Amino acid sequence: MAEIITRKTVITVEEIFHEFGPVAATPLRRGAACAVIENPFAGRYVEDIAFFMDDLKPLGLALARRLLDALGGDPAAIEGYGKGAIVGEAGELEHGALWHVPGGYAMREILGDAKAIVASTKKVGAPGTRLDIPVTHINASYVRSHFDAMEIGVVDAPRAHELLVALVMTTGSRIHARVGGLKADEIRGEDGLR
Amino acid sequence: MNAEIRKIVTIVEEVTQEGGQTIDPPSRRAAAIAVIRNPFAGTYAENLDLLIEIGAELGDLLARRAVAALGIEGSSVESYGKAAAVGADGELEHAAALLHPKLGAPFRQVLGGGAALVPSSKKRGGLGVALDIPLGHKDAAFVRSHFDGMEVRIADAPRAGEIVVALAVSESGRPAPRVGGLTKQEIIGKDGLR
Repeated sequence: MAEIITRKTVITVEEIFHEFGPVAATPLRRGAACAVIENPFAGRYVEDIAFFMDDLKPLGLALARRLLDALGGDPAAIEGYGKGAIVGEAGELEHGALWHVPGGYAMREILGDAKAIVASTKKVGAPGTRLDIPVTHINASYVRSHFDAMEIGVVDAPRAHELLVALVMTTGSRIHARVGGLKADEIRGEDGLR
Repeated sequence: MNAEIRKIVTIVEEVTQEGGQTIDPPSRRAAAIAVIRNPFAGTYAENLDLLIEIGAELGDLLARRAVAALGIEGSSVESYGKAAAVGADGELEHAAALLHPKLGAPFRQVLGGGAALVPSSKKRGGLGVALDIPLGHKDAAFVRSHFDGMEVRIADAPRAGEIVVALAVSESGRPAPRVGGLTKQEIIGKDGLR
């Protein structure tokens, strides 16, 4: 068990009305919740790190709740999600992988029975490093209109001994989605893919 | 509304640790940012009244968004600031038209006052350019604990024909102020300075 020490939390919400095409009847909202925490494994090689995934669960839930609240509070309005982590330079990429389970668990817990895998990315980076977090439909990964991404970053994080963990949720497709493929209203919703 | 808004972004930062010290209550600040079409991009216009009016609209809209993002009353805001980034086909003077003549009055209206100058910055730049919004105490510019800044950036803005307009508000000063000077308890509040 390792204590979660949070230095900073940043919640970002984008409300997109158009992208030089017709103004959408309902604006698309994309939100990100980022937490900057101490990396308990920074600066040395630690073999047994997996226990930290359980320690991260309460943080994941708190971030997912705050993000949902910032997007209006209705779980039914969330159609896309993603997650990511940036590891400060005294850590290793594997420390970022610790976020997969608690990050995904938290969003499923908050959103009900979301079926699709939570798209994710991670890297090691300096303070201010930007991360393009991939976003896909919460129930069917192949929904083409919902392939999206949100760039996140915190100017003074992660410092060398920190981890930046992030969750992203969106309320719909790209604002002028029109490249075909599986549509959200065609989802069978059995396998998380289609 | 005169403003043609493509996107509105709100960012909330909450600092719970600084310099290894727990910050309780957390230091919190928010920015609300609009990406608008620059009606004068690529042309020289002597009269910038349209942008001045748009500035007044955004002073109200963005102030409300920023205060709402913090979940507080406008009167609880302690410091404020504003900034704009003009896309490549615009002039620095376009940022000045938005920020200086008419934006401040509606901004202060939302906060229920503000005797101090609203500190500001402006620049021209490309997509993803970082804006450092200066922050100062809203009633007395010399309150040293509240000299601060908040960096914001939007990955896909400003396009060449756009302007990014940002307001920032804070419900506290820096997380761990200890360099002396006028304190907020000592504000006289008559001249906007002390």
